[in-house]
Parts: sequence; structure tokens; C-alpha cells
Amino acid sequence: MSERTLIDARGAFCPGPLMELIAALKAIEIGEEVEVLSSDKGSADDIPEWVAKVGHEMVGVEEKGDHWSVVVRRAK
Amino acid sequence: MAKKILIVGGGLSGTIVANGLCRQLAHQMRQGAVSITVLGTSDKHLYQPGLLYVPFGRIREAELFREQKKVLDRRINFFIDPATHIDVEAKTVSTQSGRSFDYDYLVLATGSRIRPDAVPGMEEGAHWFYDLDGARKLRDALAAFEGGRIVVNVNAPHKCPVAPLEITFMLDEYFKARGLGDKVEITYTYPIGRLHALEPVGKWAVPEFQKLGIKSETFFNTKAVDPKAKKIESEEGVTLDYDLLITIPPHNGAEVIENSGLGKAGWVPTNPKTLHREGSDTVFVVGDTTNIPISKAGSTAHFEADTVVDNIASLITENRWARDYDGKVYCFIETGMNTGTYVWFNYTTPPNPGPPSQMIHWFKLAYNRLYWLSARGLL
Repeated sequence: MSERTLIDARGAFCPGPLMELIAALKAIEIGEEVEVLSSDKGSADDIPEWVAKVGHEMVGVEEKGDHWSVVVRRAK
Repeated sequence: MAKKILIVGGGLSGTIVANGLCRQLAHQMRQGAVSITVLGTSDKHLYQPGLLYVPFGRIREAELFREQKKVLDRRINFFIDPATHIDVEAKTVSTQSGRSFDYDYLVLATGSRIRPDAVPGMEEGAHWFYDLDGARKLRDALAAFEGGRIVVNVNAPHKCPVAPLEITFMLDEYFKARGLGDKVEITYTYPIGRLHALEPVGKWAVPEFQKLGIKSETFFNTKAVDPKAKKIESEEGVTLDYDLLITIPPHNGAEVIENSGLGKAGWVPTNPKTLHREGSDTVFVVGDTTNIPISKAGSTAHFEADTVVDNIASLITENRWARDYDGKVYCFIETGMNTGTYVWFNYTTPPNPGPPSQMIHWFKLAYNRLYWLSARGLL
């Protein structure tokens, strides 16, 4: 089980979940994961789109009541 | 036994916390019941937002600095002795000179630093204005620039989130004033799919850019800079040519944080309301040092510092918690050389930038001097 960094960006107006994810991916090793919690539906779409474009790995997107959980693995 | 308050970091938030506590705990300090110590890295206090004006010759370098000893209340024990190891279990901080400080309350205010070295070619190929040396070099480069492609390149994470937009607007006006408006093409790149992380600010900037003819490239995370070919390449597969590259480099927190096992990349996991280091009720974290997903900005640090001052003073004098941090941030935004606007927001209120005006620009210029009252805990 690789180590996972949690970003609770629920309700955060700045810098926003994707910006936080990009920063967090720079701070971890290849193979490690980041879980982003976001109350913004847009993040559930934006993050997978960006992850695919850049070449990291999507582990999963899950709706959990009033927020979304998006898990990404650093691939490069 | 005196309660020992130890503050690691003598930047904006460490200084406001130290001076604010001094004012609130003056009586206890006179009685010898409280001591306040600051461990800094420099004898000078730098007003960082002033760096934005250096490349345009609109601030004198002497205005950016004060003697840190004079900014701090004289009752504070101040040492220019950087922390080298922080042990939150033993409640001790070791320093470069070999000393060891213990504490009852610890405030981590170690800030952030630019890392142009983290991107291949960036140090050699790019200019920046986030430190004085970089701002001076950019000033010289702008003065020598007679036309061509300028790329303003923003990297995550970075502090002062509106500064990239500000310098873009100021560059446009600077070159138009020099009669080079039709010879200069400015392209602004941003890591996510809009012009600013704050969605309302991003939306507001779109027509402003269109009006001025500023180009943009979103979803642009810098992979490498080629200083010889003068090209910058993104992780997303886009390459831009440039004649002058101005970057906002990615940032890290302080090395001592990471080396002490307190947080990846130097950011300390922090409770967003209490500002306690997660899992520790005697360690507070303020300013850029936190991992809270809000702006790394001077005003964030200021409002967090005010909260920490109230809570430490209340815990010592009344043995109770005073109040939570509500996520408040207030940022001026220069929209040119003569106009400005602002945003404020907190955890529950979204930002909403108003129309730019000369009045707000003047207020920002005034704040560039009023800052020294903030640092002293008076404003």
C-alpha cells in the first residue's frame, strides 16, 4: 500500500482543488497517491481530464454525499 | 516558571505574532511570567510585496527593508540563529549556532522559498521578481528590452497569488508608455484551466486580457526551459517561444520543516480553524508554512497571526480558547500603473473583485508604507 496524502479542499475558494493537487504531486514520490476532497462538482471532471493529459494515473473518483473524493497516483 | 513562547521565523507572520503577544502579555512579561523568543534568519525585515514595483523603478530599495531588531518590540529576545531541527516531542528547537531552545508554546512561521532550480533550465533561462536579486535583474532586462515575445509563466505552488496578474497588467502599461506596445506580445501561462485559481478573479481577468491584447495559455505546468533555444515546454505538451521569460517559480516551505519530519516539501499539516499543527496543541502554524488549501499571501499570514496571538494570550491569561481562524484573506490587485482593485474572502464567502479604480491603487501604495505598522502589531 503506497503512502497517500490527503488534501481537504472542501469549501476552499483558493487556490482550488486542482491547483492543490498539482502542488501536492510535486511533493511526493512516484507511485505515491494524493486524495483530494472537493465540494466542487467541477473538480470531479477537471482533475481526471488534467491527469489524463499529463500522464499521471487516476485511481478513482467517488461521490460521498456532499463532496467528491478524487484519488490520483503520481506516475512520473 | 515563566511560560516560554518560541517563534521560529522572523518574517511577516512571526513578527506580527511576536509583537502582538508582547502587547497582550505586557503585564505578564513585566512580572517575568512570560518570555517571547524569535529565531530569525536575517537582521533585515523585507516587505516582500514591494518587490513587484522594483522592475519598474517605482519603489526605492531602501523602502523595502527595516532593521528587524527595530521592527520587533524591544522586550522580545531576538536571535539571528536559524533553526536546524525542531523536536515537537521533546519540545526543543536546535539552531545553527548549536544552541537549544525549549518552549511551552511553539509558533512555526518558517515561510516559503522560491525553487527555480526545481525546473530544468529555469534558473538559467528565466527572470523573476520574488527576491531582490531577481527583481533587480528583471529591471535591467526590461530596460534593455526593445520588443518581442514575453512569457509570464506561473508555477504551482506559489505565494502572493495575484502578483502574476499584477505584473502582467503592469508590463502591458510599461511597454505602452515606452511606445513599444505594438512591438511587445505578452503571453500569460497558468497551471489550471483558467487565468487565476480564484474562479471569480479568473473570469474577471478574461475581458481585461482581451481588452489589452494579452494572450494566455492555460493548463500549462512547466516541464523545462531551454535557455539557448529560448523555449519553454509544458507537461501538457505545449511549447512556447520567448524573447523574455518572467516566471513565478514553484515554491517549497523551509528545509528545517522537512528535515525535522514535520511536513512534506516544508508545509506543515495544520488544522484550518485552530491553526494547531495536526496532533499537537502546543504548536501553532502561521503564514506560508501551513498546508491549508488557501492562498499563501501576506494577508493570510496577517489574519492567521492575529488569531494565534489572541489564542496564545487567552490560553496563558484565562486558560481558555479565544477564537477560530475563519479563513479570511484580503488581497489588493494592481490592474496597471494607476488603477487597482481588491478581493476578500474566507472559508464561507467567495471572492468578488470589483471594478478597478485609482482610489484602490492609491490605497495599495499607502499600504506599502502602512505595512510597517502591521508588522509592529499596531494595525
